[in-house]
Order: sequence, then C-alpha cells, then structure tokens
Amino acid sequence: MTLVCETTDEAVAGVEDGSTVLVGGFGMAGMPVDLIEALIRQGATDLTVVSNNAGNGDTGLAALLAKGRVRKMVCSFPRQTDSWVFDGLYREGRVELEVVPQGNLAERMRAAGAGIGAFFTPTGVGTPLAGGKETREIDGRTYVLEYPIKGDVALIGAHRADRAGNLVYRKTARNFGPVMATAATTVVAQVHEVTEIGGIDPEVVVTPGIYVDRVVELR
Amino acid sequence: MSLTRAEMAARVAADIPAGSFVNLGIGQPTTVADHLTPESGVVLHTENGMLGMGPAAGGDEVDADLINAGKIPVTELPGASYFHHADSFAMMRGGHLDVCVLGAFQVSHTGDLANWHTGAPDAIPAVGGAMDLAIGAKQVFVMMSLFAKDGTPKLVPECTYPLTGVGCVDRVYTDLAVFEVGPHGTRLVETFGVTADQLASRLDVPLVNA
Repeated sequence: MTLVCETTDEAVAGVEDGSTVLVGGFGMAGMPVDLIEALIRQGATDLTVVSNNAGNGDTGLAALLAKGRVRKMVCSFPRQTDSWVFDGLYREGRVELEVVPQGNLAERMRAAGAGIGAFFTPTGVGTPLAGGKETREIDGRTYVLEYPIKGDVALIGAHRADRAGNLVYRKTARNFGPVMATAATTVVAQVHEVTEIGGIDPEVVVTPGIYVDRVVELR
Repeated sequence: MSLTRAEMAARVAADIPAGSFVNLGIGQPTTVADHLTPESGVVLHTENGMLGMGPAAGGDEVDADLINAGKIPVTELPGASYFHHADSFAMMRGGHLDVCVLGAFQVSHTGDLANWHTGAPDAIPAVGGAMDLAIGAKQVFVMMSLFAKDGTPKLVPECTYPLTGVGCVDRVYTDLAVFEVGPHGTRLVETFGVTADQLASRLDVPLVNA
C-alpha cells in the first residue's frame, strides 16, 4: 500500500542514523530537493548517500552534505563547477568517496531491485575502478564482477503519482528515479500532483505503485 | 594549416555514417553536433536518458527537466524518446550505439583511453559515463589536440594517466592529423599542415602511413 503523505516531514519520518539513502536526480533534474530538506529537519546522520552527483550549489544534497550528515558518497561524478560543498568536505577528509562508473551505478541498483546476486560487466575492466575485483573471461572478453547496491531508503522526484503510487516522470528528470524505486526498502517520491486512482493511463506508468511506499505532493 | 577546433568538429562529423545513433561526450565533442545536418538522419543519445536530443535551448525553450550530460538545457526533436538510466547505459554496454565521440588526456597507439582522471593527489576523481561509453559504442572516436600545452604528445606508446578503457579507441581526430589506432598499431589517415615525416619525428609511436 502506498501512503499518500500530507507533508514532506511525514514522508521522510523514520529514516535511521547510518542508513543508505538513494537520492535521485542528474544534476538538479529530478533531484528531490524538498524531501532532502525534510531529511535535514528529520535529523538522520552518518548516512551513506548514493546519487549520480555529490550536490550542486548550496541546496538539496549539497545542503545535506554541508550539515555533516553524510559519512560516505557513492557517485559517478562528484566534481562539477558548482560542487564546492562536497569538494571542501572531501579535501578536509570529512566525507568518504566511492566513485562508480555511471552505468555500473545504475546496473548495481537495478540488480538489487531485481534480486540479482552480482553481475559481470565489461565497464571498468583494466582501470583503477576495477582494482582488486574478480574478473572472468566470457566468450573471449574480460568482465569484472560487480555487486548490487541496495538502499534502506530511496528519495526520488517524479512528475505525477496516483493514490496507488504509480509514477510518471518528465523528460530527462526521469534519470535514476525508476531504478532507485526498485532498489530500496522504503521508497519515497515527491511529485507535482497526486491524482485519484485511474488518473494515470496504465499504458504510460513508468514506475508501478508496487515499488512506491510514500508519495507527497509539493504545494 | 592545422585545424581549428571547429574544423576538427566538422572533420569528425564528416566521418559519422548517415542514420547513426551517436553519443557526444561533454565539452569539445558536443560541438560535433553543430556540423551534423538534419539530412544525415543522425540521432543523438544523451546518457541521462534521451534519444533524439536537439540543439541547446535558449530563451523560453529552457526547461529544467530537459538537460544533456553536461547539464546544459537542450531541446527535443520529433521522434525523441526518454528512458531511465539503466536502460540508457544498457544501450551503450549492449553495443546499440554506433559511434561515441570523447575527449582525452591520452590515447595509446593500441587504443587505450585515458580521459577521466589525471591521478594528481589533489584531484577529485569523477568518471561519469566515460568508462561505459568507451567500452560500449561500436566505434569510439577521440577528439583532442595532438600535443599538450607543454608540447608532449597525447598519442603515446602507453598511457601514463589512469585508464578509462583498454583497446577501446578506433580513431583519433586531432588538430594535426587523423589516426586509426588498435591492435595493429597506429595508421596515419590524414595530416593537416604537416608531413608524415614531421609528425613521426615528434611522436614516440611508430606510424603506418596510409
């Protein structure tokens, strides 16, 4: 059952210290800024955050980092022109970093959501990011073994939801949302509109409600 | 005359087969799009989940939900489609993209690519989709200046920067020449304003002349 929350504070209630939090978005597109602000108010700390980037500007993920709530970032592209918050914390040794090739990041979460124990991928073979990892030659090509990334919580931004938790996204703001929605124990989506059941054509649903635990409409 | 950056982009565009599905890397490779005509039927892929990407958006077209891999607002062309990240990278890894164009710090003469990390102690490593693209696209084109600012060649016997992919580059487009690289070494395809002998004397890799 999907819970339709009245507030973002209700939507992020119960996140525990030490949780692994999957945070949607690519840059600011699809970034669930309101849920992150609620998570800052909620107070959970010592978090491992999995997200493509490590925050932009001073809002959203950057604000969570600035509050010192993040122990470790798992991401593909932390360094950007506007990632000064992360850059400063990293250089001061106040946040750990695991860099993961972007496709491996997506596929590791897809694997977690799909019940796959691990998978062999050609991405990263022969590079420092495959260092120390098991490799195998299959049909003449070398692959590296990668393990799933499972979240305790996923915070994602979508465009619309119905009260059954079915989600549709908008343009490239879809990015990591549908994958992260499958890969966490508790999945929370912020949306611009929550419609009645039947308000979204079943043919266009991108994330079926089975994956979504809580939705909150932004006002 | 050596090529300007715009001429290099046009030279790369001329080698992209009509009807290809193509990913253009962040930075200089993005400018290849300026030299692709609608008649070519080339469809641009962006790693953040779109096929049929149009030119950069301006004015009222800017939509925060519609950006490219460099996080620049872009437009959509008729026939565009959106998909999530796991699908977008399955397109790369699964060999569905015909061509990708990437920048590079170094390329080895057997096609190893180094373009994500200088390895400097104070550098913050960031890889993005470079490793997935490098090993995924059917053809990998690199676009770079042939020599670094200090005059050292960027086409090298062996990369000294951390690798992005092994033996993955097919062609290298530079301001002074176009090369084919791979398991059989480096073949000189075309030169711009220099002779093959002049180039050979400045490079540490053996060149097979076309």
